[in-house]
Amino acid sequence: MTISFGNPDRPNSYIGKTVPRPNAPRLVQGRGKYVDDIVLPRMAHVVFVRSPHAHAKIGAIDTAEAAAVKGVLRIFTGADIAEVCTPWVAVLAHLKGLKSPPQHALAVDRACWVGDPVVAVVATSRAAAEEAAALVEVDYAPLPAVTDMMSALDADTPVLHPDMGDNLAFRRLHEEGDVEAAFASAHKVVEARFKTARHTGVTLEPRSILVDWNPAEGQMTAWHATQAPHMMQTVFAKHLDLPEGRVRVICDDVGGSYGIKVHVYPDEVATAAIAKIMARPIKFVADRLESFTTDIHARDHEIGARIAVDETGKILAMDIDDWTAIGAYSVYPRTSAIEGNQVVNLCGGPYDFAHYRAQTSVVFQNKTPTCQYRAVGHPIAVAVTEGLVDMAAAELGMDPVEIRRRNMYADDAYPVTSPAKMRFEGLSHHASMDKLMALMDYEGLRAEQAELRKKGIHRGIGIASFIELTNPSPFMYGIGGARISAQDGCTVRMDPDGSIVALSGVTEQGQGTEAMLAQIVAEGVGVAPGRVRVITGDTQVTPYGGGTWASRGAGIGGEAALQSALALKGSILEVAGAMLQAPADALDIRDGQVVDTATGEARMPLEELGRIVYFRGDTLPKGLPRELVQTRHFITSDYPFAFTNGVQASYLEVDTGTGEVKLLKHWCVEDCGRIINPQLVDEQIRGGIVQGLGGALFEEIHYDEDGQLLNGSMADYLVPMAAEMPDMVIGHVETPTMESTLGAKGAGEAGTAGAPAAVMNAINDALRPLGAQVTAMPFTPERILRAMGQIED
Amino acid sequence: MKALAGGYARARDVTHALDLLAQADGMGRVLAGGQSLIAAMNMRLSTGDMLVDISRIADLRGVAVEDGCLRIGALTRHADIGTDPLVATHAPLLVQAVHHIAHAAIRNRGTIGGSLAHADPAAEFPACVLALGGTIHLQGPEGVRQVAAEDFFVDVFETAIEEGEILTAITLPLLEAGERHVLIETARRSGDYALAGLCVVKRAAGHRVTAFSVGPRPVLAMAAMERLDAGDTAGAVDALRAEIDPPSDTQASAAYRRHLAGVLLTRALHDLTGETA
Repeated sequence: MTISFGNPDRPNSYIGKTVPRPNAPRLVQGRGKYVDDIVLPRMAHVVFVRSPHAHAKIGAIDTAEAAAVKGVLRIFTGADIAEVCTPWVAVLAHLKGLKSPPQHALAVDRACWVGDPVVAVVATSRAAAEEAAALVEVDYAPLPAVTDMMSALDADTPVLHPDMGDNLAFRRLHEEGDVEAAFASAHKVVEARFKTARHTGVTLEPRSILVDWNPAEGQMTAWHATQAPHMMQTVFAKHLDLPEGRVRVICDDVGGSYGIKVHVYPDEVATAAIAKIMARPIKFVADRLESFTTDIHARDHEIGARIAVDETGKILAMDIDDWTAIGAYSVYPRTSAIEGNQVVNLCGGPYDFAHYRAQTSVVFQNKTPTCQYRAVGHPIAVAVTEGLVDMAAAELGMDPVEIRRRNMYADDAYPVTSPAKMRFEGLSHHASMDKLMALMDYEGLRAEQAELRKKGIHRGIGIASFIELTNPSPFMYGIGGARISAQDGCTVRMDPDGSIVALSGVTEQGQGTEAMLAQIVAEGVGVAPGRVRVITGDTQVTPYGGGTWASRGAGIGGEAALQSALALKGSILEVAGAMLQAPADALDIRDGQVVDTATGEARMPLEELGRIVYFRGDTLPKGLPRELVQTRHFITSDYPFAFTNGVQASYLEVDTGTGEVKLLKHWCVEDCGRIINPQLVDEQIRGGIVQGLGGALFEEIHYDEDGQLLNGSMADYLVPMAAEMPDMVIGHVETPTMESTLGAKGAGEAGTAGAPAAVMNAINDALRPLGAQVTAMPFTPERILRAMGQIED
Repeated sequence: MKALAGGYARARDVTHALDLLAQADGMGRVLAGGQSLIAAMNMRLSTGDMLVDISRIADLRGVAVEDGCLRIGALTRHADIGTDPLVATHAPLLVQAVHHIAHAAIRNRGTIGGSLAHADPAAEFPACVLALGGTIHLQGPEGVRQVAAEDFFVDVFETAIEEGEILTAITLPLLEAGERHVLIETARRSGDYALAGLCVVKRAAGHRVTAFSVGPRPVLAMAAMERLDAGDTAGAVDALRAEIDPPSDTQASAAYRRHLAGVLLTRALHDLTGETA
């Protein structure tokens, strides 16, 4: 069955329309069910005593005073937990050379960052457990801390894990063409050094888990705020020595994830281990300080980069030297080498050039581990690429839009393979740029900028083209040996009243997955979206799937939903054909009615068909298939990833007295293929842009040289707030992927990928006449004034 | 984290509140709007406090002109100060300050007495009261006393309030003819504590300039004031930068704050006179 997406007046045309979210009223009315809302009989709370040292040997642990606190049930050390829980090593076979030491759920001999869990205190209330935790005495012997990225490999820097030999976790060099020759013969070479700050995701709902172990059933049930319930099922089973089939992970409402909740956290595994030991439900909900010290961090990169161009602005070569510091462990099971690897894969992404060299060096540090966070590696790669392109344009005296137009892959060039060996099925850089120019009135803005400059007002326009990796195949994790599913499934069934239930392996994190699935299933079957109930996030109920990450929900989960819905429609029409004595292909389902395809005449409501199938099956022909339930799974196979593309623009004003940046307006034109729900896509883009703007202007985790976290609160770690956000104009070009009927690619990370680069380029556009340039994010007022030479120390 | 309070009692009136504090064995903490205290308790930066809730004492709330002064009750909330016509007439500096203080939810709960007693060096109200030459009214077991703003702010979170005393009100001189006020600050985000901020009050007798978020307490910038009174604006900028000793933290260095204070003074004077300094 096919769908004529080009015809907006087709029957049941929900795909491509803004359909209200079915879960919105529930969430708005406070009827959501988050992990912390769940209270079970005999439930206890666990609180973790965390290392106050960046690096320390753990000596004697005295729990006597803590154990005496009223309400305390039991106290566990790392050794206690290690008896029931095996450690993990976060490496992947396809990331050659990646190394990381075994990591325990609770640190056993050594604490490796401020926040590393060392002791677990279980009590009847969180307050009692906290009171007791403050009384646990751990005899720490501080060890030298490794905290500086660029000297991590120096001979006189201590080796963080002596067993690992050195502080290098991973290094990858990719080389294509003859880079040295290209640079040697170039008309111009531009070189710069970029920094992106350490960030964290700051989910509204902190990490949360409630685990029950029922020895009578031999089953573990975890209510978990996670993006990947099936992955967590495997993890709990493997490390707690349980059959995978006896672990159930339930993921009800989740209050934001952004990649933070797709990783294995030692305190969460410890919670499961404690539930198994104590045979009772144990709840752990991180508080905000714990979130800052233990949620994964990301984006801590320093990059030396250069670009070679000819007289016409044609890019000849790029040379990237990326460094990142990941913490003391690679994070399980996705590893902490992916972000650096992505920088190698993504730099230069929009451009058709031949000579490319990129290396990433990933080093260990005594800081919170880093791992995948929304738009993994993209904001870094885009900032480096687009920063270099703008600098080259300035060097050539060329307009920044013009230099991009001269280098972007032609819209009819596809399929192509980039110098980073990424394969692009179909992108629309030029169409997107054209649309952006029209949306923002580029020429008009340039004129305004020039006019205001005469009055001493310094405004800047920044452009950032980008590519975004979505719809990952097993090439992302599976080939490396991780049990992380790239396929996903959906089961769709019709109940007697004609209502539809869809069970999907992708998950809802608050971003609208269930709305997207409901409208796809509604169109596929032929009912109103309100007749579809979507169930996600239960490993014992939904088809096996990967969950939500790498912008895969709509492209992978959506296609599985569409195919299962179309299959169910076929099943329904086969029964209807028998009942109505009509060929099934002469019938259709529209708005919950079986109709004649040709005339649209209503023949039978679905509830009548349901009544006959479920209660009067005796009246149907013997042997007639009557399974009103269908399951389909989908996996991409032609391309390792479905790349999307887009271009962003920032318009801002720099206060050259205070160094403040005022964002005036932001634009994004992006191409995520088929748009299923325009409003959800636009808000994904906007939300992503806000996170990108946070990285550009505000967000930065600070450590001192001893590895102490300096800003572990919402007062000190500045997330972008509404008052600072500009109006955002979102436009689209649609180049559907041919891998699926639906044609959808991901849209969740495009905003974050391009926004920091657009802002950086806009600031530098404003500062260029003043001879100043900034490349270290976030662009704080102080960094801007220092770049201008306004502050003398 | 979960707060660990030592106890809680709601005071009927000031006398009752003073009794409760006296019984608290040194652990008494006055709870007014709670916008700093509760946050500190929730971070377990303060534990075991015997909370004496004064928020229902009606006598401590409200604004009046009395004895030739503007009297503002300690429990008057930031939002109410922002809209009070007497404050707008006699202390417009405070109205300007309210626009910079945090967010609506905090302005709806926070009180001016709480802000002064807490004495956060980055807060606006302490600097305003100092710039206006206000008087802080305290009541304790020994009776009432008054402290000039110049003598009230001692150090970070430290004031002249003695153990067992409650801040009951502030009084400010009424606005004189031709008097002008400007509050100016730069913050990383709307509602954040300022990286640096200034209050400038221009009276017939001369200028009063205070700086906040540039030291352990609001600074009365005597040298800058003296230069301004002499008509030397450039000298005032240099003098201000010389007489403050700002801290460095994760948001900005001391050098940036010092530079910024000068920029802000230039801009405040421009706002005050309409002329470019």
